[in-house]
Amino acid sequence: MFSDILDEIAQSEYKYGFTTNIDTEIIPAGINEDIIRLISSKKNEPEWLLNFRLKAYRHWLTMKMPTWAHLKIPPIDFQKISYYAAPRKKGPKTMDEIDPELIKTFEKLGIPLEEQKVLTGMAVDAIMDSVSVKTTFQENLAELGIIFCSISEAIKHHPDLVQKYLGSVVPYSDNFFATLNSAVFSDGSFVYIPKGVRCPMELSSYFRINANNTGQFERTLIIADEDSYVSYLEGCTAPMRDENQLHAAVVEIVVLKNAEVKYSTVQNWYPGDKEGKGGIFNFVTKRGVCKGENAKLSWTQVETGSAITWKYPSCILQGDSSSAEFYSVAVTNHYQQADTGTKMIHIGKNTRSHILSKGISAGYSQNSYRGLVQVAKNADNARNYSQCDSLLLGDKCGAHTFPYMDVGNENAIVEHEATTSKISEDQIFYCNQRGISTENAVGLIVNGYAKEVINKLPMEFAVEAQKLLQITLENSIG
Amino acid sequence: MLEIRNLYANINGKEILKGVNLTVKAGEVHAIMGPNGGGKSTLALAIVGYPGVEVTKGEIIFDGKNLLEISPEDRSHEGIFLSFQNPVEIPGVSMVNFLRTALNEHRKYKNLEPLSATDFLRLMREKKELVEMDNKLTNRSVNEGFSGGEKKRNEIFQMAMLEPRLAILDETDSGLDIDALRIVANGVNKLKRPDNSIIVITHYQRLLDYIVPDYVHIFYDGRIVKTGDKTLAAELEKKGYDWIKKELEEKELQY
Repeated sequence: MFSDILDEIAQSEYKYGFTTNIDTEIIPAGINEDIIRLISSKKNEPEWLLNFRLKAYRHWLTMKMPTWAHLKIPPIDFQKISYYAAPRKKGPKTMDEIDPELIKTFEKLGIPLEEQKVLTGMAVDAIMDSVSVKTTFQENLAELGIIFCSISEAIKHHPDLVQKYLGSVVPYSDNFFATLNSAVFSDGSFVYIPKGVRCPMELSSYFRINANNTGQFERTLIIADEDSYVSYLEGCTAPMRDENQLHAAVVEIVVLKNAEVKYSTVQNWYPGDKEGKGGIFNFVTKRGVCKGENAKLSWTQVETGSAITWKYPSCILQGDSSSAEFYSVAVTNHYQQADTGTKMIHIGKNTRSHILSKGISAGYSQNSYRGLVQVAKNADNARNYSQCDSLLLGDKCGAHTFPYMDVGNENAIVEHEATTSKISEDQIFYCNQRGISTENAVGLIVNGYAKEVINKLPMEFAVEAQKLLQITLENSIG
Repeated sequence: MLEIRNLYANINGKEILKGVNLTVKAGEVHAIMGPNGGGKSTLALAIVGYPGVEVTKGEIIFDGKNLLEISPEDRSHEGIFLSFQNPVEIPGVSMVNFLRTALNEHRKYKNLEPLSATDFLRLMREKKELVEMDNKLTNRSVNEGFSGGEKKRNEIFQMAMLEPRLAILDETDSGLDIDALRIVANGVNKLKRPDNSIIVITHYQRLLDYIVPDYVHIFYDGRIVKTGDKTLAAELEKKGYDWIKKELEEKELQY
């Protein structure tokens, strides 16, 4: 399989950079209360949600963009962004009603929207700009009581669930970008797995930015009821554009007693060109709460895209004996920047968390791991193990580790290990001498280094991720 | 097969090779001996195209092709193999992935289909036996945590997998105990064919007891100063290198 992957390496540096010509409705740029009312009315939202948005917006006006990250972020003019863009044809629908251009677009991205074309057990919610285009396999899942739809649909059809959990993990006032998201979020995915149900297929959201000068503010809410299980995947791409585009999503996950959620991300937003021009600002708040006993949440992320990645998928370990994992590979090349990691908040007794972070920096990029392990006073026997490795390709890039620990319980065991290594010229030459090109040698070494994390991904995504690592690092040596 | 003509090369600006001439024909075994620091390894690295060795003058022709214009990986594809003196460790890359990638790139160069997983594993099993390579080693990352002797054995195992037409063994005998030496040498002998050649770089006669050379060259101060048959190696073993140095000095005085 590996050789297949190597053979398929695309020559182009970012093969998802095309634009779809489609009739798109974009509201005027800028943000104010009228814009928020407009977004809400376009989506026919209930009063309580409009109030949630307005409350968030008013709070956002009092906030300043944080500056503590190890990132250089050019000023963002929030009045120049359009906060809502939608392909003109409306609503969830049958295949016949979807603009063929959209179907083609997602096919080009490897996401077939026609269920008969999907061979693997995967249901997809495809989201273009601000709206969900199509969610597959909804009926099959509904037979088990599983709700998988866009959040807009969920607001219409399952308002009680949404109202109960929206903002319960990431409150509207949480942080600058999460608050902005709460005010203007457009679409995203909603998942509810009922008690005792093991979701039989992978659920997946595919996010695509297409329109110009717009931001994407999606909101995802996943609820795993007692004794349930779900594996959820998220992928994303965007066209190549010279200007930066803002992506500020919020993902909230609620894991109840004995339930398990696996959340995997392969993030491949447009990273900008070799000189650092353009690219997506990926400023995302992702957080889950293990609410009940023995609840389990695991985050796996492969971050290869975006001009700037700034996010910390986190877990609040509230239930006793609950556990959480965070597996991350973050690759930066050229002028990309990443400040990413996790927060593990131990509140319940006998809670466990495991952090494995693999950073890979090349070119002139900067790659930071930032993580917080917090153990509350009553979290007896809490246990954390963190391992943060950095791999440097070349000598103009940087790798940084910022581990924070805040341990308030004597019984807690918190361990942190960190390593930094470099791919040596002698390793590359050794491969060359055996007939392996430099490009493939870097791919072998990087994939070997990231293997532990890649192996946590569902099979389909693992293959994709391996390819991505290699493509991202093309021409990064010599 | 291999023709080196008047080769000069630098490392970090320092001249190491000073006019090497060497002709190796198909089926021949050549031994290169000589004191440390004479440039034997540099010659090996120049042949395989190590970027740290800068060729300033001369030619290396392999099967009529000018090697100096060919990338290191294509030199490998053309059939040149170096058993490194100090094989590097590559953590995280399994021997299986490494060799499969290498082998399939060789096959691609020859316009052959990649080997199927089954065929590849069968081939690997077969070649492992040749050098009595432990299964445990091939399940690990490339050279990671291998002892000195295991690394050398792994080099010959890779040679068996890639079936080169010209193999250069750079001090493959150093760090091997007598049993391992015998196994490695037997492995090399089993790979010998009338159409492939071997260059053995060594300090000691003992490897040449197993891999019997057609020619023995003495390498000193950047070039080959004396060539003979296998008896020259025995003579060196007895007398050391000093007499060569003396002979050379006397020669220089005559001019």
